[in-house]
Amino acid sequence: MSILVGSDTRLVVQGITGREGEFHTRASIAYGTKVVAGTRPGKGGQTAIDGTVPIYDTVAEAARQAGANTSVIYIPAGGAPDAILEAVDAGIATIVCITEGIPALDMIPVVEAVRRAGARLIGPNCPGVTSPGRAKVGIIPASIHMPGRVGVVSRSGTLTYEAVQAMTDAGLGQSTCVGIGGDPIIGTTFLDVLKLFRDDPETEAIVMIGEIGGSAEEEAAAFAAEHLKGVPMAAFIAGRTAPPGRRMGHAGAIISGGSGTAAEKIAALEAAGVRVADSPTQLPRLLLEAGYRP
Amino acid sequence: MKIQEADAKSLLLAQGLPVPSWIVARTPAEVAAAARTFFEAGAGKVVIKAQVLVGGRGKAGGVKLAGSPEEAAEVGSRILGMDIKGITVRKVLVGAAADIIKEYYLGAIVDRGSRRITLMASAEGGVEIEEVARQNPGAIHRVSADPLLGLLAFQARTLGLAIGLRDPLLAPFVTIAQGLFATMKANDADLVEVNPLAIVTESGPGDAEVQRLVCLDAKITLDDSGLSRHPSLEAFRDLDEEDPTDAQARKLGINFIHLDGTIGCMVNGAGLAMTTMDLVKRFGGEPANFLDIGGGARHETVAGSMELILADPKVKAILVNIFGGITRGDEVAAGLIEARAQQTRNVPMVVRIVGTNAAEAARLLKEARFETATSLDEAAEKAVALSKGSAR
Repeated sequence: MSILVGSDTRLVVQGITGREGEFHTRASIAYGTKVVAGTRPGKGGQTAIDGTVPIYDTVAEAARQAGANTSVIYIPAGGAPDAILEAVDAGIATIVCITEGIPALDMIPVVEAVRRAGARLIGPNCPGVTSPGRAKVGIIPASIHMPGRVGVVSRSGTLTYEAVQAMTDAGLGQSTCVGIGGDPIIGTTFLDVLKLFRDDPETEAIVMIGEIGGSAEEEAAAFAAEHLKGVPMAAFIAGRTAPPGRRMGHAGAIISGGSGTAAEKIAALEAAGVRVADSPTQLPRLLLEAGYRP
Repeated sequence: MKIQEADAKSLLLAQGLPVPSWIVARTPAEVAAAARTFFEAGAGKVVIKAQVLVGGRGKAGGVKLAGSPEEAAEVGSRILGMDIKGITVRKVLVGAAADIIKEYYLGAIVDRGSRRITLMASAEGGVEIEEVARQNPGAIHRVSADPLLGLLAFQARTLGLAIGLRDPLLAPFVTIAQGLFATMKANDADLVEVNPLAIVTESGPGDAEVQRLVCLDAKITLDDSGLSRHPSLEAFRDLDEEDPTDAQARKLGINFIHLDGTIGCMVNGAGLAMTTMDLVKRFGGEPANFLDIGGGARHETVAGSMELILADPKVKAILVNIFGGITRGDEVAAGLIEARAQQTRNVPMVVRIVGTNAAEAARLLKEARFETATSLDEAAEKAVALSKGSAR
C-alpha cells in the first residue's frame, strides 16, 4: 500500500494541453501512472500526449467515461480554484493542485467545499505526490525516488527533492512522498498526512520537512508525541536564519509577531521525540539512529 | 505588501468605516497648513504621525501632539527626516487629536489554523497585540467568519459583547467588524488591523456630547498573490521604503531579500533557498541574501540575479545551489557563464547543480572552469571558506 496515490490511481489531468501540463503528464506516464484522461474545455473528443490520452470538456465526463478517481491541476492561479471545485463536483476523491500564486481568500471557500464533499485536496502551490514504483502525480522528479517504507511529508518543493535524494542515496526507499504546499491555506496539513501514514501498514518511518511560519509543525509534533510512539521519525525545518516579518518566497513562510520561528518548531519536535537534522543530508542517519531498519 | 496608515485608512473609508479625516504632509509648511485646517474646524490639538511601514513609531518619537500651527510645523520638522528602524520619515499624517475615552483592538487575519478569516478583538487596545498575546492571552477574543457566508452579524455581536461593549456602541461595533471583513475581501488583504478602535467624545447636536467608535489607526497588509486583480492598489507601493533591489527583483520575477552577510546565494525553490542560508550560517558564514530564482528559470533570469547579488559590495563569495526539476541545470549553467562574462567585479563562486540536465551543466561548468560541489553541505562549506579567503 501507500497513501493518496498508488496502483489504483486513475488520473485526470486538468490543463493537459498547457506547457506544464503536457510536460509533467509525459513524465507521469513514463513512471507508470495510469493517466486516463485530460480536460480542456472546448477540445473534448480530441486527444493529448501523442494520441494516448483522451481529452474531455469537463471533469465530470472524465470521471464518468474514463473512470478517473484522482485529478492533478496545472491551471493558472485565476482558474485553479474553479478547477478544484469542478473536480469536487465530479466526485473526484483526491485532487492535487500544483498551481502557485492563488490568492489566500480564494482558497478559504474552496477548502470548505472540499471538506464538505469529503474529498481530499493536496496543495495548492505544491510539487505533488509520488508513491515510488506505483504512481507519480505532480512534478517531483522521478529519478530521486526508490520504493521503500519511509513516508515523506514536506511544505517545500526542491528541498523535498534534496531530502528524498539523500534517502535514496543512503538506500532508504519511500512509501509515499507528499508535498503539501507552501501557501497559508492548504487542503491537507502535516497532521492529516501523519494520520494517513500512521494507518498505512507499509509506512514504517516518517520524515517531515517543515519551514518557518504558522504552527502546523507544532501541531504535528503534538500528534507524533501521542500517536506515533515507536515510529522512527526525523525532521528538518528550513529558515533558522530567516529575518522576521519577511515572506521567504512561499506565501506561508513568514515569522510574524515573533511566532512561527524555526527555533520554536525544532523545540516542539524534539520535545515530541522527533530527531531534527541540521542539514537535510543528515536525515537518513537520524532515521537509523531512531531505530529504523530498512 | 504593506501599505501606509493613510492608504489603509482610505481603504477603510471606502467600505464606509468611521475614520476621522486626515491630511498627509511632506514638509513643515505643509504640516502647519494641514494643522490650520483642523484648528479652524474646531480641533483643540492636532496629532502628527510619521508614515513608515515599520512598527514602534510611537516609542521612537514619531507620533506627537501640537497645539498651534506653529508648534505643528516645529514638531513636523523634527519628525520629518527622523530615522525609525533604518527608515527615513518622508511624510506625516496630520489629524485632529481625538478625545479618547477607551481604546480597543480589532483585527482581521487570514487564519491558517481554522482556514478561515478570523477576527480578533481585545479591550486592551492601543498597545501591540503581540504584547497582549504574550502577557494576557485571555484578553484576546476571536471569532472565525463562515467560509461561505462571511462574518455574520451575530458573530460580530458576540465579539463586541466579549470585549465589554454594550448599547449604544454595540451596533456600530458590528458594522465596523463587518466593514473590516469587507475591506479584507475587497482588497485581498492578509491583515486588516485597527488599533486603536476608540470610543471618543464628540460634540453632537445642540452642544450635547456624544460617544462614538472610530478607527484611529489602520494597518493593512495585502496578499501579493491578489495584487494583479487590484491594479489600483499598486499606487500604494511605497518605493521610498523599498530596498532598491526590490524593484529589480520584481522585474526579474524572482524572490530576493537583501540581508547583511557576505555570501551571495542563488537557489531554486524557497525552502531550499532558506536551507542554503541556514547551512552557510552553520559553517560559520553569513548569507548576504535570500534568492529563489523560481521554477523553470531561464538563463536571462540567472544572469540578472547574479547582477543583483554582485551589486552588494559586501558580497565576498557566491553560492549557487540548484536542484533541477522544472529548472534545467544546463540553462542555469549557461546563465552563469553569460553573467561572468559581463561581470565587472571578480568574486569567487561555488556552483552545485543536480537533477534535470545536471550532466550537461557539469560539462559546461568544467569547460568554463567554475568551482563546483556535489553535496549541499560541501557547497556551503566551500562558499564559507571562499568568503573568508577573499576577506584576507
